[in-house]
Amino acid sequence: MIKRLLKSVREYKKPSILSPVLVSCEVVMEVLMPLLMSKLIDNGIDKSDMNYVWIVGSLLLVCMFISMAFGALSGREAAKASAGFAKNLRHDMFHNLQTFSFSNIDKFKTSSIITRLTTDVTNVQNSYQMVIRIAVRAPIMLIFAMCASFYVNPKVALILLGIAPILLLGLIIVFRYAHPIFVRMFKRFDLMNNVVQENVRGIRVVKSFVREDHEIEKFTEVSNAIRNDAVKAERAINCNAPLMMASVYTAMLLISWIGAKLVVNEEMTTGQLTSMFSYTMQILMSLMMVSMIIVMLVISKTSAERISELLDETPDITNPENPVMEVKDGSIDFDHVFFSYSKEKEKSCLLDFDLHIKSGETIGIIGGTGSGKSSFVQLIPRLYDVTDGDIKVGGIDVRNYDLDVIRDNVAMVLQKNVLFSGTIKENLRWGNPEATDEEMIQACKIAQADSFISAFPEGYDTYIEQGGSNVSGGQKQRLCIARALLKKPKILILDDSTSAVDTATDAQIQKGFAEYIPGTTKLIIAQRISSVENADRIIVIDNGKINAIGTHDELLKDNEIYKEVYESQKKGGEE
Amino acid sequence: MPPPRGARPMNREDFKKNPISKGLVKRLLSYLTGKYKVLLGIVFFCIIVASVTSVLGNMFIKNLIDDYIEPLLASGDKDFSGLANWIRTVAILFVFGVIANFFQGQIMLVISNNVLRNVRDDMFKHMQTLPISYFDTHSHGDVMSHYTNDVDTLRQMISQSFPSMMSSGITIVATLAAMIYTSWQLTIVVLLGTFTMIFLMGKIGGKSATFFMKQQASLGDVNGYIEEMVNGQKVVKVFTYEDRAKVTFDQKNEELCNNATSANIFANILMPIMGNIGNVLYVLVAFIGGFLAIQCGLSDVITLGVIGSFLQLTKSFVMPVSQVSQQMNAIIMAMAGADRIFKLLDEKPEADDGYVTLVHCKKTGDELTEVPEEEALSFKRAHNGKESDGTTSYVWAWKHPHQDGTLTYAEVKGDVRLFDVDFSYDGKKQVLFDVSLYAKPGQKIAFVGATGAGKTTITNLINRFYDIADGKIRYDDININKIKKADLRHSLGIVLQDTNLFTGSVMENIRYGNLKATDEECIEAAKLANAHDFISKLPNGYDTVLTANGAELSQGQRQLIAIARAAVADPPVMILDEATSSIDTRTEAIVQRGMDALMENRTVFVIAHRLSTVQNSKAIMVLENGHIIERGDHQSLIADKGKYYQLYTGAFELE
Repeated sequence: MIKRLLKSVREYKKPSILSPVLVSCEVVMEVLMPLLMSKLIDNGIDKSDMNYVWIVGSLLLVCMFISMAFGALSGREAAKASAGFAKNLRHDMFHNLQTFSFSNIDKFKTSSIITRLTTDVTNVQNSYQMVIRIAVRAPIMLIFAMCASFYVNPKVALILLGIAPILLLGLIIVFRYAHPIFVRMFKRFDLMNNVVQENVRGIRVVKSFVREDHEIEKFTEVSNAIRNDAVKAERAINCNAPLMMASVYTAMLLISWIGAKLVVNEEMTTGQLTSMFSYTMQILMSLMMVSMIIVMLVISKTSAERISELLDETPDITNPENPVMEVKDGSIDFDHVFFSYSKEKEKSCLLDFDLHIKSGETIGIIGGTGSGKSSFVQLIPRLYDVTDGDIKVGGIDVRNYDLDVIRDNVAMVLQKNVLFSGTIKENLRWGNPEATDEEMIQACKIAQADSFISAFPEGYDTYIEQGGSNVSGGQKQRLCIARALLKKPKILILDDSTSAVDTATDAQIQKGFAEYIPGTTKLIIAQRISSVENADRIIVIDNGKINAIGTHDELLKDNEIYKEVYESQKKGGEE
Repeated sequence: MPPPRGARPMNREDFKKNPISKGLVKRLLSYLTGKYKVLLGIVFFCIIVASVTSVLGNMFIKNLIDDYIEPLLASGDKDFSGLANWIRTVAILFVFGVIANFFQGQIMLVISNNVLRNVRDDMFKHMQTLPISYFDTHSHGDVMSHYTNDVDTLRQMISQSFPSMMSSGITIVATLAAMIYTSWQLTIVVLLGTFTMIFLMGKIGGKSATFFMKQQASLGDVNGYIEEMVNGQKVVKVFTYEDRAKVTFDQKNEELCNNATSANIFANILMPIMGNIGNVLYVLVAFIGGFLAIQCGLSDVITLGVIGSFLQLTKSFVMPVSQVSQQMNAIIMAMAGADRIFKLLDEKPEADDGYVTLVHCKKTGDELTEVPEEEALSFKRAHNGKESDGTTSYVWAWKHPHQDGTLTYAEVKGDVRLFDVDFSYDGKKQVLFDVSLYAKPGQKIAFVGATGAGKTTITNLINRFYDIADGKIRYDDININKIKKADLRHSLGIVLQDTNLFTGSVMENIRYGNLKATDEECIEAAKLANAHDFISKLPNGYDTVLTANGAELSQGQRQLIAIARAAVADPPVMILDEATSSIDTRTEAIVQRGMDALMENRTVFVIAHRLSTVQNSKAIMVLENGHIIERGDHQSLIADKGKYYQLYTGAFELE
């Protein structure tokens, strides 16, 4: 997993290596300082040799500036490396995401993809910066300071060697205890956020059922559970500070007792004794750092896993080897097609679809909620692959086409329409980046969108908010149709795309299709009979099967389902 | 402690200078001092003990060298008993310090977590009282971030900054005293150095903050783009927009990378510079100390021990100073967070001066007597859901206390009348004009019209999500302003176009309509709404757990559950706002039969753009731009050949 992520370091290898190297130099300087310091005290101040004080003192200052410079440089490299690494991770994920097929997207769910690209990357970025800097610094400091202390006086250093593992053990025990509680607490945090989110989103439901107290109960329960977990975990974590303090104090007392004897016996100088205190702090502090780093790394492990999951995902649908680059015409052939969203389950959405559509035909599709209409049309531009059977467009199997080619020639207006933030023009150019103003206006006229766009003060330059929240549902649908028309497709598929458009306008759109794009094969899924009744043929889909195919009049005569739908719309709820 | 996952990055406001106002601090402190005065006192005491011990620990080296080692060296005898005694005394002191530190941590964590819980709970409780308009005008993301980011900044402050500031303050004062006591000359040196350090830190910190702001801005930009593209990923595929998306993304990503690098560089170089300024001070002390001792003949004032312990004192002086300045940032952010939290808490709750309440009554003849809810429920259960056994019946009634102290009861009938109602959401743009209508008990009234014509607005006024600007609304001849909001809403069932389901089982979601409903009653309601069939087919039937607003279900299925939810509430008046819009017409026709059963004997307001849904209404109101332009039943509206006729014919007489 880590290897997988590290692949994304790429051009930031240099700073990634420089940073730990530089930080090691910084540590060496820092460890040297107490040593020089002790010399300064013993040979300079103690012996009243001002010359010596100047020399060693200057040396010390040089050490410091070098250390400062190395430290700062390492910080700079670490910043470059981690920000760059994060950039590459985002880049790799986003680019991989673009190759995903619909089934890949379904598998991950949009919200989790977003978290992976945002929060998780930030977590990994922070840990990476820590690893190449602090995580190198702390152990090196530990080792060097330990060596230095042995160099100064092995007997005293043994004290430190004895205390350090005890502290480390204590820290590990604390962490082992607290970690699962933290994990549980994070889950509860998610739960709490979920309660708040559902509450805010469904506030009208809450208020109209007068369920405020019920909601408060739900919230306080999880809020209190978080509090209890936090208290439990922090009880352990907060032992770290007194533990550290106790270790430092114990070390100091032991060192002064043994040190004093050594000094009196002239086996050690006072300067050396002072330096031992400095090393004590350096060693124990780095231990503390090491434990903190471990905590951080464990926490960001989950993020790293989630990122590599996304990076490792291979698209279900890929380009064939020698792709066909041209779609001859808009004919569609379904040969005994079976389709299921999940391969394991026996549940098929489409059963034995066998159907042949001529180029230029207009096909209406009628069927109940969940009958398989959308699944049926999504197979044509190869948004999903069939489970069994095959589909030909223009006489060639869709799996032999270049993906971009087939999708550019089969324009589809999805049921769940999305407009993007930007002007209307920018949104229309999704269909064709080179579209001229005339082409855009023409497409909008066919889609019956030109009139309302022109009524906006800024016309085609009107800014659409994210998700298209500033246009009505019907306007949104018409813009989406215009956007699809701009592709000049051989096949146009409307998946319930005029449901929010009033019937008169809907009829205008149908008329426009017949007039301006007669050669384009049109597949129109609708709930309203009026949207499909003028189609050349109407397919009635029921429970994943083709129930009947025929013209409006034929179906009205001898198809039960079609008749029922028609009646339900004609006469409404009248019994 | 790490922040919860999914937290939104901080925004620009967090960096705005000086959000600390006196009132804010006071209010925040009141959360701390309110219930936890005694505990805080103990914490304070512990902090003092721990800080004093740590200062003593720093003096320790000076004492060791000056008082014990030097004399021992000088005298040459090897009597360590004095030293042993002294070390024992210090050890006891240290033990106290460690104990104090331990208790401080243990107590403080309880206080901080309790305070955070209280803040969260207060926010949520208060939020439940806020009017719908609050939720209209605040983005969900912003509301959410109060519970995540803002509370988290408080956690930082209360559990870390607050105790650390206190102990740093004490340590600084104590160390300063110790320094002056040891040598005032060297103290001046250290102070000068410290000021330089603070100055430098301020400089770098300021630079860093500017870049952090830029980083946050471009992070927001990138995250926004990601969110939009990922949400529209299927559209991206359909339009083969992948390559163009990549190009835009890479540009934004590059910019973020640049800003992040700059921001982190400044943050990262702060540490070595600060750490080394401490060291530089250390050397300066040695230099100047040595110089003073040796050259100036002050060796009796500035002893070896003095220099030794001063070196330690310098370090322990610099550390809390840098700690304080680091915490300052956290505190400023916490104050900004607290400010936003208090803003939410200060939002005005929905006004409710209603005093008429909804009660269960036993009806014998025309006599109404108030009874406890259990009695009415058990009667109903005993009689197969019927409210009457011929002679006695149990009904809902309005309990109306009058000024003279008398009480009257009036049976809830479901008679709703609007008189010349005007309304505007923002006080500027009027959306309803002179709307008058009468819904007699049991009648079905429909609203038809374009989006934005004001259909939903009318129903929002009836259940008082919003209050009317002018006119009157009477419910069973009581002005709805006199009815307690909760009771008014209890008497109105509502099914909305955007069905919101909650995480939990299907059963729990249906029971949301009536928490006291039994499983049987919930299933009965589901059958009524025609939802029973598909629910039975779910993997775990009624126990299937729905997540993420019922993403497992189709929009139509969600609507059916929402209808069942309203059915189980069994209210006298129902509002169906595009309740069947996502169900195909054939299924709707089936649901409609269930709905008709549901609507029997109830006043119903129906909003639909599908005319087939509303045709059998007693009265249909056609709305346009906030005016009722036509009204009547289906036949008469058709005969009038007006707007309704146009809409109707648009569906079936295409040219």
